[in-house]
Amino acid sequence: MSGKMNVITNDKKGFSDWITSRRVQRALVSVCFMFLPVLLLFVFTYLPFGEMVGFSFYKMKYVGERTFVGWKNYVNVFKNDEYFASLKLSLFYMVGSLVQLAISLYLATILSFKVKGGDIFKGLMFFPYLINGIAVGFIFKFFFTRGFVFDTVLQWFGFHLDKLPYWLRDQSVNNWSLVGTSVWRYFGQNMVLFIGAIMSVDSDLYEAAVLDGCNKWQQFFYIILPNIRTVLVLNVILSITGSLSAFEPPYVITSGANGTATYFVKMHEVAHTSQKVGQASAMAVVLLVIILFATLLQKLFFKYVFREAEDEGPRIRHSDGKKVMRI
Amino acid sequence: MKENKKTTNGVWSFLKYLSLVFFSFVAVLPIVSCVITALKTKEEYEQTNVMTMPANIFNFSNFGEAFRTANMGRAFGNSFVILVFVLLISTLMGTQLAYILNRFKFKGNSIIRGLFLFATLLPGIAMQVSVFEIMTNLHLINKLYGYIIMMCGTDIISIYVYIQYFENIPTSLDESGIMDGANYFRIYRSILLPLLKPAIVTSCILKGVGTYNEYYAANLYLQDKKTLATVATSLYTFVGPLGSQYNLICAGVIISLVPALIIFILFQKQIYSGLAAGAVKG
Repeated sequence: MSGKMNVITNDKKGFSDWITSRRVQRALVSVCFMFLPVLLLFVFTYLPFGEMVGFSFYKMKYVGERTFVGWKNYVNVFKNDEYFASLKLSLFYMVGSLVQLAISLYLATILSFKVKGGDIFKGLMFFPYLINGIAVGFIFKFFFTRGFVFDTVLQWFGFHLDKLPYWLRDQSVNNWSLVGTSVWRYFGQNMVLFIGAIMSVDSDLYEAAVLDGCNKWQQFFYIILPNIRTVLVLNVILSITGSLSAFEPPYVITSGANGTATYFVKMHEVAHTSQKVGQASAMAVVLLVIILFATLLQKLFFKYVFREAEDEGPRIRHSDGKKVMRI
Repeated sequence: MKENKKTTNGVWSFLKYLSLVFFSFVAVLPIVSCVITALKTKEEYEQTNVMTMPANIFNFSNFGEAFRTANMGRAFGNSFVILVFVLLISTLMGTQLAYILNRFKFKGNSIIRGLFLFATLLPGIAMQVSVFEIMTNLHLINKLYGYIIMMCGTDIISIYVYIQYFENIPTSLDESGIMDGANYFRIYRSILLPLLKPAIVTSCILKGVGTYNEYYAANLYLQDKKTLATVATSLYTFVGPLGSQYNLICAGVIISLVPALIIFILFQKQIYSGLAAGAVKG
């Protein structure tokens, strides 16, 4: 402490010392604080990323010989029926996630206005999101077992057990059962995100709308929807990437049997059971490319949407593309 | 005209509550059915329908048995150690990195930001194919600290939450600290860190729940299930010979989700707002 006092009261040279020592300090603290996070980022993200791209051109296991095979692994992803079928399975999950978005948006709209017991409903619907994947797996293995929970509930509503399919075995429905599990797990989380977005809409807008005689539908289409499209589009993109990376339900519930192996389940199997590391890497790279492409589309979409939003008049303006500001 | 409006309002509010009740029922049913089954004795489970109420709703014997069978005492211990270290290390790293990136202008600042931003696009599980190779080479497999290090290294979203938060703390506070002769570490430690507390609490809760529930990497890198199981992976004990004893399995499942339930009840608000904050940047 006393040293610092000296520095300040010292002559010109001391002052420049003070400046440099600040600079040195800055550099020191920067290096100290950034070293570990950047190192870990490199070791666990960029190094594996690079390696993965490299591996994808080889026929190899984790240990032993590696043979360069060029683009063959990539061709396999699309030519091999087994791999390609699993890629097509993502479409089921995409349909599911669109349904999920619709449900969440509907519930979020209801819960954003005054509702008796709203917090309790919200909590009940959100909680599944906090359950670990393997527990979800067991819960739904149990739920869908022949004659168990789902069948019993359907029987309450007058269905006959003989006419019901085996939810996890029958290939015409089993993927939908798994998609349902995934919707169950995430719709509450989606809903919470939407509620957050709807709440940030200026409440004067609703009052003005009611004075102008708008009904609930008009409020939804002309006020809520335009104001939350940022979050909406974001969620659509997330659901696409999420569908491609659906993993836990099929992995735990059916272990990918009976045509339920999603792309990720297949990739895990290729990498760790049959140890075709090169092939698995190529599959991962294909996935990455699709995800990057989806993200790029999102960016373009935002650009387009926000340019349009600026023309909409002085009431709402999007600053830096994220926050909705009131003037 | 007025009558008409009243009836539409009535219909709308009926539909509203009907949908809320329906979807809440859908959300809760699978969990409730699990609780019911967990309270049944083995004979009861085999003889009655799954939705029939248990004869004795205070029959907690399955919970004890599941706890012992899956060695969950050990699993809770492991999960606790993992949680404490992961949260501590990633909070320190995250806030420190955000401090530098937000407060200091230097060459490479935006490059480092970009590197972290791009990393959010790379899906974690897809990378595990080659992360597995790296973990093997670093001899980090089957070691609790190896898993902890990996979990700390893949936390990126919370850095953005911290950076956003720093943007709302005026730099005049830093300047007055400098005037008082504090060095940069002191400014970070004594002035800024206390102000970050709400953000830290929020991201620790979310990160904590995520870590507690993390299954894939724990399964892959903590292969010795006898001694290194986490709560999530300990449930895997029930796959195999015990696979049809659902009265036990359900008890295990319920035990595993109790901590998440408690955290949820205590910190609902933070969880909701934390999700929203992460999503905007996501």
